[in-house]
Amino acid sequence: MAMKSAAPREPFHLSMLFNDTRYRARSIQVIAFIMLVLAAAWLVDNTVHNLAALGKNFSFGFLWSTAGYDISPHAIEYSSTSSHARAAVVGLLNTLIVAAMACVTATVLGVLAGVLRLSNNWIVARLMTVYVESFRNVPALLWIVVVAAIMSQAMPTPSAFRGDNPTASMILWDSVAVTNRGIYLPVPDFSRSLGQLNSAFGALDLNYAAVLCVLAISVLARRSLVERAQRVQSASGERPATWWKSLLVFALPMITLLYALGFHLEYPALKGLNFSGGLLLRNSFIALWIGLSVYSGAFIAENVRSGILAISRGQTEAAHALGLSPRRTMRLVILPQALRIIVPPLISQYLDITKNTSLGLAVGYMDLRSTLGGITINQTGRELEAMLLMMLIYVSISLIISGIMNVYNSRVRLQER
Amino acid sequence: MKMTIALATLAAATLTAGIASAGTMADVQARGKLNCGVTGGQAGFSAPDASGAWHGMDVDYCRAVAAAVLKDPNAVTFVPTTGQTRFTALASGEIDILSRTTTWTFSRDVDLKFTFAGVNYYDGQAFMVPKSLGAKSARDLNGATVCIQTGTTTELNLAEYFRKNNMKYDPVPVENNGDVQQKYLAGACDVITSDGSDLASTRSSFKDPQDHIILPDVISKEPLGPLVRQGDDQWADVARWTLNALLAAEELGITSENVEKLSAGTDNPEVNRLLGKEDKLGEMLGLDPAWAKRAIASVGNYGEIFARNVGDKTPIGLARGQNALWTQGGLMYPLPFR
Repeated sequence: MAMKSAAPREPFHLSMLFNDTRYRARSIQVIAFIMLVLAAAWLVDNTVHNLAALGKNFSFGFLWSTAGYDISPHAIEYSSTSSHARAAVVGLLNTLIVAAMACVTATVLGVLAGVLRLSNNWIVARLMTVYVESFRNVPALLWIVVVAAIMSQAMPTPSAFRGDNPTASMILWDSVAVTNRGIYLPVPDFSRSLGQLNSAFGALDLNYAAVLCVLAISVLARRSLVERAQRVQSASGERPATWWKSLLVFALPMITLLYALGFHLEYPALKGLNFSGGLLLRNSFIALWIGLSVYSGAFIAENVRSGILAISRGQTEAAHALGLSPRRTMRLVILPQALRIIVPPLISQYLDITKNTSLGLAVGYMDLRSTLGGITINQTGRELEAMLLMMLIYVSISLIISGIMNVYNSRVRLQER
Repeated sequence: MKMTIALATLAAATLTAGIASAGTMADVQARGKLNCGVTGGQAGFSAPDASGAWHGMDVDYCRAVAAAVLKDPNAVTFVPTTGQTRFTALASGEIDILSRTTTWTFSRDVDLKFTFAGVNYYDGQAFMVPKSLGAKSARDLNGATVCIQTGTTTELNLAEYFRKNNMKYDPVPVENNGDVQQKYLAGACDVITSDGSDLASTRSSFKDPQDHIILPDVISKEPLGPLVRQGDDQWADVARWTLNALLAAEELGITSENVEKLSAGTDNPEVNRLLGKEDKLGEMLGLDPAWAKRAIASVGNYGEIFARNVGDKTPIGLARGQNALWTQGGLMYPLPFR
């Protein structure tokens, strides 16, 4: 080593860029980079030229013109006189709603199936194997279409609920109607409503805001309650009973508030051609939600199983030796350690679910793909702009999800010192 | 290596797209095939039969263009398009002409940069409901679930009509015509809305057509016609005048049966001009004198096309109505061949 640094410096020649191993790697990288930039520039240039040849300009101005089409469901205020930009936002919200719901149910389903597949009960374990293998090996689109077909073909039409001798009836004490249009659920309603705050971005329902505020205060109150109990316990060694106090802290203010607002449930009822009132979960939504959940749930089950199997058998034996029941062993010893292995592949499952929501096109779910990437493109003819915008949005959503999950991952990761 | 192949493919793709916009007629003649965009399946307008041969009004128009330009009515590649893909297919050069019950609107003509060759069917948007629904007019549809084929003018008219009349509806957007029918027949929607001719065609394919009625309300004007890319006037002229030749043939009494005899020469100068006996109209168009004769001989005049595909002797059973010649109280008014 010392010899080398003492050696006289050779003068630099251009040929050394390729002949000298010290420079070669770097010069190859620089050349590859330049070629990549040139290729990209050529593609962009080509696109611009071809657009010009077709007489099209590149502009996002179409986003502010009137959309002209209706979207249902819409989470924010929207009508056919709204702009294409607003239609895109409505579509984006629909994408996010179904993605979030599917992520939650797929996780629940996946964890259950993954744990049960390791069960000592032969039937349960085999059943879960059948679930995982059949759902994992059929394309997600087929599951979505199958659920949609079952919903629209096998369920009764709203007119079957009508008349003196209806062939179909509502379930759960006449509160839920399952029809081939979708499922009508009762929704909370307030007879002494606080009204809503209107802003440019949509209306804020003050009732729900009040409920959330009270809930937040209750959570804070309970936290101080538990902290106090902790202090008493560390001082006296005896933990005061907190469960009924917690219950009181949560229940009392909420019940008072709901009573003051005149809380009741609004039930769906047949009116005209369809049910009205209540909340309609459309077929397209249910198909997409269930389809994606069962499909991705099968993958998550495998992640969970591999995570659990990676934990040494000794951990379980040690927990049993300490007298922990199998359930508590799983909850307190195995799962917390397994999470470290489960979370990274779980991130990519969540990303998959989010991107797969674009399959909603097949069943007529009005997500980002069918608003901005479908009808808007059709009515305005701005394929390139809308597609680029849509890609940008999907990339942003995916990056945000993986960002959040990475933060979570770094929290459950083994703390190395 | 992989990189270079990918780049080469990209380059080839962009180059061919560039070439396609140079001169469509020369491209078509060099290729020896006309690429014609049609609907995947709408009986009477364009649908393949059991042996895979395409039939319908829109199909016949393309065959007429192929007969005029390529001297062979069968030199057509039919490209099924959806409401969503049709304009991209035409703009990118994948198809030379779009003959797909497309409504001629301002924004498509001006903003999407297309040129319409004319109108081959005057239509209007209507509603179809099962008889058991009990609706007598579109005003009875408040609160209905409506199936729509997306990517059409239909959903805009629908939104406008319900808003104007202060009624509510629940739209179920569906990508293609087959799915619309299946959803409607399963009762997943109360109503289908589309162009009147489309509804008649859809109904004719049902098992019990008499159980469904098309409501009398027509909520929009839908002049349907073939279109080409803007900026290629020669090709647009071929498209426009082929359509007019078919219409003029009906007006002048030229049919697929007598066209051969009439082309030998008649005492009607307009017939002679159209069939290439007098003047040199074909050459002005960049074609040979017998272009219109071939078009008419291959598919017949407009009246024959109508009667064969959608007329009252067919299961679709549409009356001529607005689509009769102007001399018979309709709107079809062929431009003069002079």
